[in-house]
Amino acid sequence: MSKKVKVIVIRTAGTNCDEETAFAFKAQGADTDLVHINRLLEGKTKLDSYHILAIPGGFTYGDDIESGRILANELRLYLIKSINKFIKDGKLIIGICNGFQVLVKSGFLPGLSNKKINSFKDLPQDVTLISNDSSKFEDRWTYLKTDGKSIWTEGLGETVYYPVAHAEGKFVVKSKKVLEELKKNKQIIFRYCNFSGNKPVYPENPNGSIDNIAGISDKTGRILGLMPHPERHFSFTQHPFWTRLERKSDFGDGALIFKNGVNYAKKNLIKG
Amino acid sequence: MIYRVEIKHKKGIVDSHGMSVFKSIIDLGIKGIKKVHVAQVYNLEGNITKKQADQICKDLLVDEITQNYRCVSIQNFKPSKIKKDLHVAEIAYNTGVMDPVEHSTIKGIKDLGIKKIQSIRTAKIYTLYGNISNKNMDIIVNKALSNKLIQHVVDYNAMDKTLSFTDSKYKCVLSHVDLIGADDKKLMKISQDGQLFLNINEMKAIKAHFKKLKRNPTDCELETIAQTWSEHCYHKTFRGNIRYTETENKKTKVKTINSLLKTTIVKATTDINKSWCVSVFHDNAGVIKFDQESNVCFKVETHNHPSALEPFGGANTGIGGVIRDILGTGLGAKPICCTDVFCFGSPDMPFDKLPVGTLHPKRVMKGVVSGVRDYGNKMGIPTINGAILFDDKFVGNPLVYCGNVGIMPKDKVFKKVLKGDLAVVTGGKTGRDGIHGATFSSGELTEESETVSSGAVQIGDPIQEKKVLDALIKTRDQNLYNFVTDCGAGGLSSAAGEMGEKLGVRIDLDRVPLKYEGLNYDEIWISESQERMVFSVPPNKIKKFLSVCSDENVEATVIGTFTGNKKLELFYEGTQVCDLDMRFLYEGNPKITKEAVWKKPAFVDPKTKPSKILNENLLNVLSHYNVCSKEWVIRQYDHEVQGTSIIKPLVGINCDGPSDASVIAPKFGSKKGLAISNGINVMYGKIDPFWMSASCIDEAIRQVVSVGGNPERIAILDNFCWGNPDKPDRLGSMVRAAFGCYETAVGYKVPFISGKDSLYNEYMENNKSISIPGTILISAIGIVDDVNKAVTMDLKEAGNYIYCVGETFNELGGSVYLDTLGALGASVPKVDTKKGMKTFKALSKAIRQGLVRSSHDCSEGGIGVALAEMSFSGGLGVTARLDKVPYKGTYKKNDAVLFSESNSRFLIEVSEKNKNKFEDLLKGLPFGVIGKVEEGQEFVIYGLDGQPCVNIYTEDLREAWKKPLRW
Repeated sequence: MSKKVKVIVIRTAGTNCDEETAFAFKAQGADTDLVHINRLLEGKTKLDSYHILAIPGGFTYGDDIESGRILANELRLYLIKSINKFIKDGKLIIGICNGFQVLVKSGFLPGLSNKKINSFKDLPQDVTLISNDSSKFEDRWTYLKTDGKSIWTEGLGETVYYPVAHAEGKFVVKSKKVLEELKKNKQIIFRYCNFSGNKPVYPENPNGSIDNIAGISDKTGRILGLMPHPERHFSFTQHPFWTRLERKSDFGDGALIFKNGVNYAKKNLIKG
Repeated sequence: MIYRVEIKHKKGIVDSHGMSVFKSIIDLGIKGIKKVHVAQVYNLEGNITKKQADQICKDLLVDEITQNYRCVSIQNFKPSKIKKDLHVAEIAYNTGVMDPVEHSTIKGIKDLGIKKIQSIRTAKIYTLYGNISNKNMDIIVNKALSNKLIQHVVDYNAMDKTLSFTDSKYKCVLSHVDLIGADDKKLMKISQDGQLFLNINEMKAIKAHFKKLKRNPTDCELETIAQTWSEHCYHKTFRGNIRYTETENKKTKVKTINSLLKTTIVKATTDINKSWCVSVFHDNAGVIKFDQESNVCFKVETHNHPSALEPFGGANTGIGGVIRDILGTGLGAKPICCTDVFCFGSPDMPFDKLPVGTLHPKRVMKGVVSGVRDYGNKMGIPTINGAILFDDKFVGNPLVYCGNVGIMPKDKVFKKVLKGDLAVVTGGKTGRDGIHGATFSSGELTEESETVSSGAVQIGDPIQEKKVLDALIKTRDQNLYNFVTDCGAGGLSSAAGEMGEKLGVRIDLDRVPLKYEGLNYDEIWISESQERMVFSVPPNKIKKFLSVCSDENVEATVIGTFTGNKKLELFYEGTQVCDLDMRFLYEGNPKITKEAVWKKPAFVDPKTKPSKILNENLLNVLSHYNVCSKEWVIRQYDHEVQGTSIIKPLVGINCDGPSDASVIAPKFGSKKGLAISNGINVMYGKIDPFWMSASCIDEAIRQVVSVGGNPERIAILDNFCWGNPDKPDRLGSMVRAAFGCYETAVGYKVPFISGKDSLYNEYMENNKSISIPGTILISAIGIVDDVNKAVTMDLKEAGNYIYCVGETFNELGGSVYLDTLGALGASVPKVDTKKGMKTFKALSKAIRQGLVRSSHDCSEGGIGVALAEMSFSGGLGVTARLDKVPYKGTYKKNDAVLFSESNSRFLIEVSEKNKNKFEDLLKGLPFGVIGKVEEGQEFVIYGLDGQPCVNIYTEDLREAWKKPLRW
C-alpha cells in the first residue's frame, strides 16, 4: 500500500478559506491537516512531514498595513529554512488569494533570483499586489486564460472560470525586466480574459493587473500563486449559472488544480 | 520617542483610494477639485532608534515597488509647505478610539525583533488639488473625510507628546446613590442625570427594595438594575400590558393584552407546534433541526442608533454583535452566512432638506455597506443576500438589520451553568467603549455628546472575533465548558448576570483585562467593549480551556465563580461594590400598562389613467430605488467564502439577475441546503400594518419556495422597528402588525423561532419628532432537501412556456407603481394562507420533480417587474398576454394587472415536454399560461384588449434597472 499524500493548510488569525481548501485536497484523496502557524513557529509541527503546503485565502491579521504582509514576514523571518528545504526537496506550494499575496510579499514568488538563500534578504520582492483600481473589494467571476508551465495546471482547458474576491489583487512588477523574465520563463500561468478568451476590460480584469496577470508560478512550476479561487469552483453547483448548464461532471473548473497537486506528489514525492 | 512615517504612492501608481475620495467629494456637490491623493501615516512610539524605525519601514510598512516613505522623529517633523491650489488635511483617530491596525502592526514590529515598540497611531493625509474655499474645505473634512465622533484633524502646531492613552491607576472609592432620602422629583432627576432611562414606577420600586434593606444602592447596583430593566434588555413594551383600541369603519374595539410577545409571536409557535423546532425564544438565537447530526440557528439584530451616528462603526459592530449571538447560542454554533437589510432616506435628498445633525443618506449607506463588508468579509462569513429600502422618513433613523445563521452539532444545543463553575472572559480587552458614549473621547464634542447613546463610537475588530470563533469551536468540541454567552449591550453586566441568574455569581472586577488604566469598577462592569464572550468552565477543565485559547492567541481570564447563593456579588480589590438579590433583579420590575390606538387611515385609491403604451411606466418602476439592482452593494460582500454557495444573490447568464432567495449547502459532500430570504415593505404598513406583516411573511416564504425550499420546513424571525411606543398611535400600529404576524404564521404553519424589537426610532428637530414608518422585517430560513434541484429566476430557453401561478387582485395600494405616480392608494395586498399554502406545496413538488426551468416570485412592481427581470437575467425575449393572467379585480386596466402586488404569486418557466405534468400538479389552483420565452431581445406584452401595451428591448429594461445605484 502506498503512503498517502500529506497536505498542510496553514492558518492564522484572519485566515478564512482554510476549510474549503482543505476539503478540496481531501476530496482528491490527500491527508490534509489544518495547522495554525503558531505550531510551525513553535516547532511542534514539522513542515518536512508534508508534501504540499497550501496557504489559503482570508484576511490574515486583518490585511493591516497591507494584505499578506505580516504573515509573509513570519514565513520569511522564521520559517525560511524549512520552506527552502521544502522547495529544494521538490515539494509543492500553492497560495490562493491572500496566500498568493503572502507568497509574493515574502519573495517566494516569482523567485527569480539565482542566489543561494540564507536569509530573507536573499528573497527580493520583485512583484506585488496592490489595491484594485476600483478601490473596492469585489466578489465576481472571471474568465482566465491558461498559459505558462506549471504542474498545477496540466490538462486545464484553454480558459477556466473562477471567482475572485479581493480588494488588493492588482498585479504590479518592479520593472519591465521582471515582466520580460516572467514571460520568458513561462511563469505567467493565468491571465484574466473575456468570455471568448480575448483581451479583457474592467470588470473582466477586475483589478487592473498589468498584462492581465491573475496567477504566476516560480521557475520550476511547482509553486503556484493566484488571486482567483479554484476551491470555490470545486463542484459543478458552485458555478454561478449552473442551473443553465448541462451537467457533464459533478466537478467544476477548479477541481483539477487540486487533483494535479495530489497526483504529482503521489508520483514524484512518495517512494514505494 | 515618536517617529512619524509618511507613505506615499510612487509616480505612475494609481491612487485608487484617492479616486474614491474624489468621487465622494463630487457627491457633496463641491466643484473645483481636480484630484485627491491619500498618504498613510504611522506614528511609532517606543524606545527605538532611527535605524530601527527605518528597518520597520523597509521590512514591514512600505511596499518599495509602489511606495515612497519618509521617516522622521516627531521633534524634527516639519509639515510640507502648502503650495497654491493645494489643500491638506490629516485625519487621525481620537484618543481612546481603537485604532484598527494598531494591534497587528505592533505584532509585525515585534516579529522583526524590535520588542520595545509601545504604541502606534495611524492617520491619513488627504491632499486635494484645486481651488476650494475654506468653507468648502470644512464641509469636505466633516462630510467626506472624517466623522468627528471618532476622528479629528491633526493640528501640526500641537502634536501629541505621547500616543498611548493612559490614565492614572484607579483607586477604588465606593459610591452610593441616595434613593431612600429622595422624593419623586429627585428620583426622576437621578434617573435622567445617570442616563438610566428608568421611569418613576421603576425608581420607586428600587427605592422600596433598598428601604427594606435599610441601605442605599451603590452606583454600580443602580446601573445594573437599569441595564437589566432597560427596553433593550428587558423588552418592556413587548412583555408589558397594553390597552389596545382599534377603530375601523366607525366601529371601535378595545382589547387588553398581557404581553404582546406571548400572545402573538410566541403563541403562534406554540400553536403550530413543530417537532423540528429545537430551541425557540430563550437563547441568543432560534434553533431548528437541519439533518440527522446538525441543527442550525438564526438571528437578526438591529443596530440602528449607532449606525445613524457613525455608519461604518455602527454597522461594523452590529455585524460583530449578531455573529456573537450565534457563537453564544447553545454551546456555540459556527456562523455560516450573513443576511443584511437596510432602510435609508433617499440617496437623492437635497442637502438643504437634511434635518440638522443628520448625515446624508448616501453617506450613511456607503458607511454602512463598508462596515458590513469589513466585518463579514474579514470574519470569512459569506453575506449571501439582503434588501435595501429607501423612504425619506428614515433620514434621521436609518435601520440596519444584521442577520446571521450558524450550524452546530445537535448535542450542543442546551447548556447549564453548574455551581462552582468559573466565569471566564475571553477575547477583547475592556475599555471605556460604549460607556456614556463619546463624551470621554474628545474635548471637542459638546452639545452632541449629551445625546449620543452608548455604543456610538465603537469600531469592531473582526480578526479578534475570528480568533474567538476559532478558539470557541475547538474548546466546544473538547467539551471544556458548560455555558457560553456573548457580551452585547450591557457588557459583562448582562452576560454574567444572565449566566448567574439561577445560581448567583461573584465577579472580581479588578481581574478583567483592561485596554488601559483608570477604569472604575462601574465602568468595567457596564462597558460594551466588543469581541468578548463569557464562558462558565468547570474547575477541572480550566487549565485545558486556557491552554487551547492561548494556542489560538486568544486572551482568556478567570474573573469569578458561580456561587449558588442566588446573589449578584461584585468586588473590586476586595471591596464589595454590588450585592443584589437575583430575584429582585430579574423579577422585581413593575409591570406597566401602555395605551395603544390604531385607526384605519382614510386613504382612497387614485384613479389611474394608464396610457396605451406602458413602456415608460415599466422603466420607471424598474428604476425605483426599492426595485433597482443592488449589485454595487452585493459585489462588495464576499458571498462565496466557505465554499458553500449554491444559489448566489446575483444569477443568470450575466451574473446580474436578482435571485429570490440564496441557497447554501453548509456541509461539504452533503446535498442538503438552506435557503435564506427576507420580506420587508414599509409602504403597506402606512396603509395597514396587519397586512404589512402578512405580506412580509408571504414574501419571505415564497422566495424560499421559489428556489426550491420545502414550504413545510420554513422557520421565520420577526424584527419590529418602530417609533416611540409611549405614543399610542405608534404602539397601536405595532400591535396591529403583531396581530398580522400571528394570523399569517399560524395560517401558513410557519413558526417564529426568535425575534427582536428596536423602538424609539424617532428624530427630534426643532421640537418636532420624525418617526420612522413602523417597519417589520421577516427573515426566513428554509430547508432545501436536495440542492441539485434548486431553481433560479433567469429564463433558460426560447420556446418554453411562462405560467403565472396564483391570483392577481386590484391591489395597487402601497405599490411601487403608485409611488412612481406620487400616490399611496388604499387597496393593500392581502394574504389568503389557505390558497397560498396550496400554491407553495404544488410548486415545491414541481421543483422537486424537475419540472421547473425558472421561477420568480412577484413582489414590488408585480408581474411587470418579475417578467422583465426574468427576461434580461436570461438574456432572452418574451411575449406575454395580460388577459391570460388569473385576475380577480373589477378594475380592469392593464396597469392594475401588470403592477398590482398581490401576494402568493409566481412566474414559472416550463418546457413543452413537462407542460402536462406541471399542469396536473396545479389542478384546482389558479394559473394561466401567460406567454412564451423568445429568442432575441424583444419584450412584448399584450394588454387586456389584445393590443401591445409594452414593447421594448430587454437591454433597455436591464439598463433602467441597473442604472440608479451604479455608483
